[in-house]
Amino acid sequence: MSANIDKLHDDHSHTPSGIMRWITTTNHKDIGTMYLWFSLIMFFVGGLMALVIRAELFQPGLQLVVPGFFNQMTTMHALVMIFGAVMPAFVGLANWQIPIMIGAPDMALPRLNNWSFWILPFAFTMMLSTLFFESGGPAAGWTLYPPLSLQGGDSMPFVILSIHLLGLSSILGAINVIATILNMRAPGMTLMKMPIFVWTWLITAFLLIASMPVLAGAITMLLTDRFFGTSFFTASGGGDPVLFQHIFWFFGHPEVYILILPAFGIVSTIIPAFSRKKLFGYDSMVYATASIALLSFIVWAHHMFTVGMPLAGELFFMFTTMLIAVPTGVKVFNWVATMWRGSMTFETPMLFAIAFIVLFTVGGFSGLMLAMVPADFQYHDTYFVVAHFHYVLVPGAVFAIIAAVYYWLPKWTGKMYNEGLGKLHFWLTTFFVNLTFFPMHFVGLAGMPRRIPDYAVQFADFNAIASVGAFGFGLSQLLFVYILYSTLKQRVTAEDKCWEGAEGLEWTLSSPPPYHSFEKAPKID
Amino acid sequence: MKIFSTILMVISPTAVFAAWETNMPRGVTPTSEIAYDLHMLIFYITVVIGILVFGAMLYSIIYHRKSLGHKPASFHESTKVEIIWTVIPFIILVGMAVPATKALILMEDTRDSEITLKVTGYQWMWQYEYLEDSVSFFSKIDNESNVARRLDSGVDVTEVDHYLRNVDNVVVLPTDTKVRILLTASDVIHAWWVPELGGKKDAIPGYINEMWVDIKEPGIYRGQCAELCGKDHGFMPIVVKAVPKNEYYKWVSIQKSNKVAITK
Repeated sequence: MSANIDKLHDDHSHTPSGIMRWITTTNHKDIGTMYLWFSLIMFFVGGLMALVIRAELFQPGLQLVVPGFFNQMTTMHALVMIFGAVMPAFVGLANWQIPIMIGAPDMALPRLNNWSFWILPFAFTMMLSTLFFESGGPAAGWTLYPPLSLQGGDSMPFVILSIHLLGLSSILGAINVIATILNMRAPGMTLMKMPIFVWTWLITAFLLIASMPVLAGAITMLLTDRFFGTSFFTASGGGDPVLFQHIFWFFGHPEVYILILPAFGIVSTIIPAFSRKKLFGYDSMVYATASIALLSFIVWAHHMFTVGMPLAGELFFMFTTMLIAVPTGVKVFNWVATMWRGSMTFETPMLFAIAFIVLFTVGGFSGLMLAMVPADFQYHDTYFVVAHFHYVLVPGAVFAIIAAVYYWLPKWTGKMYNEGLGKLHFWLTTFFVNLTFFPMHFVGLAGMPRRIPDYAVQFADFNAIASVGAFGFGLSQLLFVYILYSTLKQRVTAEDKCWEGAEGLEWTLSSPPPYHSFEKAPKID
Repeated sequence: MKIFSTILMVISPTAVFAAWETNMPRGVTPTSEIAYDLHMLIFYITVVIGILVFGAMLYSIIYHRKSLGHKPASFHESTKVEIIWTVIPFIILVGMAVPATKALILMEDTRDSEITLKVTGYQWMWQYEYLEDSVSFFSKIDNESNVARRLDSGVDVTEVDHYLRNVDNVVVLPTDTKVRILLTASDVIHAWWVPELGGKKDAIPGYINEMWVDIKEPGIYRGQCAELCGKDHGFMPIVVKAVPKNEYYKWVSIQKSNKVAITK
């Protein structure tokens, strides 16, 4: 009898059906799926804002929006894309992949997992609702620099509370990831045998725990400055506006690596799979990731070289920033060495992963240029910076996420996507992403500052090109939605191990995997 | 390069306004030249590294594919290789850091300046004070641009003279003179930036930042605020007119005699 009950327990979830299944679920796959859908929706919301920006910048003169609303769009675009699209996508991937990669039945803290997801829709509803306030949404940039952010309308406390909630969600998610990885690995899977994606997420989770509370502190001080008469950042009250920037970027730079380290993990998984060859230097990849994470805590002031730091400070942050190029270079060299003399095929995930390496490296090159303080005095706050961070975030982080979806979608759904459409999606996306962001290098160098709704006519031509690229990029992503839809609708099933060169425990499971991924821990030797 | 720009001029009528400018201006001050030279140095280094890395990758993509029947090699893990590609980039970085450090030390040295210009950022205009000569005035976007930039103004902005890059009162500075510029702000953070005069510096309430320029060529140089400062951030241009010293002192004496009219 008891054996029967156990069996029953194995086969189904005991959860309610319909909407209540999703609200009450504690299953890592359900939660991972919700994170990924949420991220996709936010990707389109943030993308629409980007298109408002690019439409206004299509030609000089103001045609569509007033400057105040333009600033709300740039601010919200960043907040939505960072906290709503990229971070939840990585948490979704962590939820889906970590248990099935380390041989665990589920995440270590399933109820916490449910909560950390369900905070997100409420936080974003609150944040986005500020756009409908009479005084509009936040307009001081996502960096919320005071004193400007203190001038904001009624939106400010709402945005700050929602950022607090997002931080809470991230911290809970990170705790869950660490607890899962450290406690639930299959017997025999030592730390240095973990899949590289799991490693990058373990390090990312520590970055989240270390940096999110710093952001919370900074924005809480903003709140008390605005409403409770403190003067942390108000010069007239004895405070220091630059202090905020130091605190913010002490969070902000680790945050940048939170957005890219899991992407490194994804690419380090996909490149060996389609090269049919082991990752060239597993150990050095782990050490490089850890070095980048440690360095991320001592480079923050390179975001603020123009605030007038003492020479010694500028030199220190210039040197540490340049140093990041070393472990990042190690990663790129390792990827190329993995491809070298492999037996490559170029399915959609591989295409996105290769584009990631090339275009992320382009973003790395401009990052190296930005590290040179004397030249940064020219680059700072121009479109050159916009080009730089979009190169590392769009063909960087976003391409890695898309690559991961194509790579693991057959595993998650048990169905194969249409390879021809996937390749079309890749080529359209890669063409338009470059058409959008490459010209931004030029206008930035020629002297166009960022965050302006209108510009002098000498910047017109490249801006027009960038706008065309942005609309092309946006429309290409509708194809991605169609591919996802058609994959879910079709009947053709995918094999358990649908990629010839794929390695890892997840490929030993059925596609889709059973509800409690690994009932019995697999043995690793 | 000449052929390239000629082609551009033919295919685009706006090219004559340097609309296809793709690079940083070399500028007219020692600091802007330093920034430009360093920028180009690092650019060429990254181009070489890019060619090597992407070249190896491309070769591999072309020749090491399964469809050509290429069998995967089994090599992996090599401490020697890892050390090599850690040390070589490090040496290149040191090679970049040396000129950058020298340049930065020079740029931050504001000693021995002849005149001092104090710049104060306001939402959304600049105040200029010539500290030695007690000349002071405000400078904001000129009226023609200000009308044209309104939403649905109906004005063709390409017809406006120096659209968004023109002001009512220009800053006059002498050439071949080390000018110390002090920067502060009265409300929010701004940044004063004229690309051809070198880098930018933030103007922050409660702070006095400093930078210096030494303009080598007379001319008119245009820039604008570079730190988001509210809704009209895009509309606070800077125009610097550099003139020979004797002309500059003539201008100063006229300003002094008109002082009442100006400070009003």
